[in-house]
Amino acid sequence: MHEFDLSSAIVATVNKHADGRKVTHVTLRIGRLRQVVRDTLEFYLAIVGKDTPCEGATLEIIDVPATLVCKNCQNEWEIEIPAFICATCGPGAVEVKTGEEFMVESIEVEDEEDAACTAPR
Amino acid sequence: MHRTKVRVVEDALDANNTIASANRSDFDRSNVTVVNLMSAPGAGKTTLLERALEGLADEDPPVRVGVLEGDVQGSFDADRLSVLHIPVVQLNTDNGFGGECHLDANMVRSALPAVPLDDMDVLIVENVGNLVCPAEFRIGEDARIMVCSVTEGEDKPLKYPLMFRACELVVINKVDLLEHLDFDVDRLEANILQVNHHAKVMRVSAKTGEGIDAFRAWLQALPARAGATA
Repeated sequence: MHEFDLSSAIVATVNKHADGRKVTHVTLRIGRLRQVVRDTLEFYLAIVGKDTPCEGATLEIIDVPATLVCKNCQNEWEIEIPAFICATCGPGAVEVKTGEEFMVESIEVEDEEDAACTAPR
Repeated sequence: MHRTKVRVVEDALDANNTIASANRSDFDRSNVTVVNLMSAPGAGKTTLLERALEGLADEDPPVRVGVLEGDVQGSFDADRLSVLHIPVVQLNTDNGFGGECHLDANMVRSALPAVPLDDMDVLIVENVGNLVCPAEFRIGEDARIMVCSVTEGEDKPLKYPLMFRACELVVINKVDLLEHLDFDVDRLEANILQVNHHAKVMRVSAKTGEGIDAFRAWLQALPARAGATA
């Protein structure tokens, strides 16, 4: 259900960088620990993006796996379930390495091609 | 017309975080420590506050507490707390998609003019009951805490790790009901620590008062802690 609000945040970020230009493609980088449901996010992005520069843009989501590092033994591993524990050292020195990302990675926009160049000089 | 790729690499929640920082500056200016209190609906946030906040201003050390009540609609919770004779401000979120399910930094900012920050040491922001969205949006708080009740299920931390990882204190409420339930509170605590080893866990009953002193002591220690890190 948080996907609606996350969609609003994404659309605001995309449109800020689009700077008035039409957006044709959006690439997001989302970590697994964010618990984002992909289909729901796409559904809300279409609603929130309507009548804005990113209406109709295609969407690409780069899934980032949840990886942990133990600062004690330097072991790194990927988790599939929420267990933030090092098999050797226990939970004390475990930190999240990847999986918390919620980034707009890039956008593709339509430029008025060579508008400046074709103008009379 | 041609297409240009624009590299953005920006956290989509940056805009919220910027406003949260502005809130934080206002709180710091008034020497107010802010607690973001979250839980599922019905876990007992308001009952916990009713029980824990009474008379805190008369204790040693005295702590003046105010509450910002976030709800989708109505002032039921604020009305309940008004008998404590502390500043209570209601913040409704029903200006969005049928009512926002959480507070974000901007909503809190919009309510701040009504909050008498200079009359308090600690501001508790009671978030909208929800285990997902509130964990995403910082509001400028010093501490995030949550209430989890024994009527919910031992596996909640594993289902909502984002929330349980965001909080430094988890208050397990309604322990007076344990004798009537088939609920393994030790397993709940183990699951909390599995997703957040650093979390402090307290077992309380907001109804009977069991364990409330520990929560009051935690609140009383907050201003000194903020002062130490300032």
